[in-house]
Amino acid sequence: MTRFKLSKKYKAIAIGGSAGSFQPITKILSVIPKDFPLPIFLCLHRLKHVRHGFVEALSIKSLKPIHEPFDKESIKREQVYLAPANYHLSIELGNTMSLSTERLINNSRPAIDITLESAAYAYRDKLIGILMSGANKDGALGMQKIKDRGGLTMVQDPEESMISTMPNSALSVTEIDHVLKTDEIIEFILELDKMLRSS
Amino acid sequence: MQQEIEIAELRKLTELIKEKYDYDFKNYAMSSFKRRIKRIVELYKFKTIDSLIEKLESTPSFFEEFVSEITVNVTEMFRDPSFWSVLKEQIIPNILLNHNKLNVWHAGCSSGEEVISMTIMLEEMGVLDRSNIIATDIDTAIIDRAKKGTVSLKNMELNASNYERFEGKYTIDKYFQEQNGKAVFDPNLIRQVSFRKHDLVKGVVFSKFDLILCRNVMIYFNQTLQNDVLYKLHESLFRYGYLAIGSKESLIWCDIANKFIVVNNEEKVYKKIKD
Repeated sequence: MTRFKLSKKYKAIAIGGSAGSFQPITKILSVIPKDFPLPIFLCLHRLKHVRHGFVEALSIKSLKPIHEPFDKESIKREQVYLAPANYHLSIELGNTMSLSTERLINNSRPAIDITLESAAYAYRDKLIGILMSGANKDGALGMQKIKDRGGLTMVQDPEESMISTMPNSALSVTEIDHVLKTDEIIEFILELDKMLRSS
Repeated sequence: MQQEIEIAELRKLTELIKEKYDYDFKNYAMSSFKRRIKRIVELYKFKTIDSLIEKLESTPSFFEEFVSEITVNVTEMFRDPSFWSVLKEQIIPNILLNHNKLNVWHAGCSSGEEVISMTIMLEEMGVLDRSNIIATDIDTAIIDRAKKGTVSLKNMELNASNYERFEGKYTIDKYFQEQNGKAVFDPNLIRQVSFRKHDLVKGVVFSKFDLILCRNVMIYFNQTLQNDVLYKLHESLFRYGYLAIGSKESLIWCDIANKFIVVNNEEKVYKKIKD
């Protein structure tokens, strides 16, 4: 029996991360099968004025292509979307994404709270939120929204996180379903993948 | 207010505004619009959306403030320096090859950072006096700010580094003086600019231009409205005129996308090729 709260109901995964999250996220992306069915939204703190290079760096080990969406682009299965530099990324009802240039939140644009909160609204209890290592509290409120809407919440184990502020902030404001090391997050996604494919 | 704002409440709000003030926010992109409303509710300490609606119903003077808060006025000078380089090296020279005058429209000019950037660039190219620039926004208060040509000093570090990456001729200090924590730009720079209030949603087509900048404005609209607005922008361009949108915006979903060609895909500059 699995120790994870797995379910076939899940429709999307949203992952937030900041300082110290690049390595574990690269590792996760290097294992998620190319045809893992759910869309994945990545909102990672990044340099505001460097438009290029990040997607390429993340893509090196990823089995899936990674794409920075355009405003109002439709969400497709199997895709990995990365919040572009200097824009906030929101998930809209009706299966699209939108971008915005609203003020910085937690000193960041893209801000993780915006992506997680909008995704929680759009996907309700069918969203999995994962918050990784980072040096500020961005994402904590977003995780709270995911929990409020019945979604599944997960943080990288603060013990393993290079900088534990971000996962700890989420742990302090809301109930987190799973506190996992990177390898366990991978295990979770692979088990979920198996379950989603089984009839 | 802690609880989620419901779509039904937003609908009630936009309907009242449409009826009473003839502004239409119905087709604004939902998540950013909701965040703006939430911000207003918190800022003015309304307990419910209904109390915000009541205030709008009873106090027309509050509506101006409301519009100012609804519009996103986060902007920077020379945002995407590589875009400005393309304007300088390619687009503007191309227009002036065939025309004596350069007609520019900043659609959604906000606090004017982009307008100042444009005038600095045109001045450095020696063509500012051949240019007619119209800058419009839905928000009267922000237009008044734009007219003053002042920028908060704390933003000047970013603006200066953008200007540097754009490879401007000088350093940005040449163009402003510090006054009370503000960078006050040389008023002479905006000698060819006229500012006016205009709403892209409800406003009519009022002139024709060689170049329209509408960058990161339509991202606040849903696809239906983007489509409608593109018709207006198209009509406001001379044939072979240019339209610039934000680096992560796209026209490809719009009905009349085929009336444009992509001139620079990276910087999202389009050219109108069909009437």
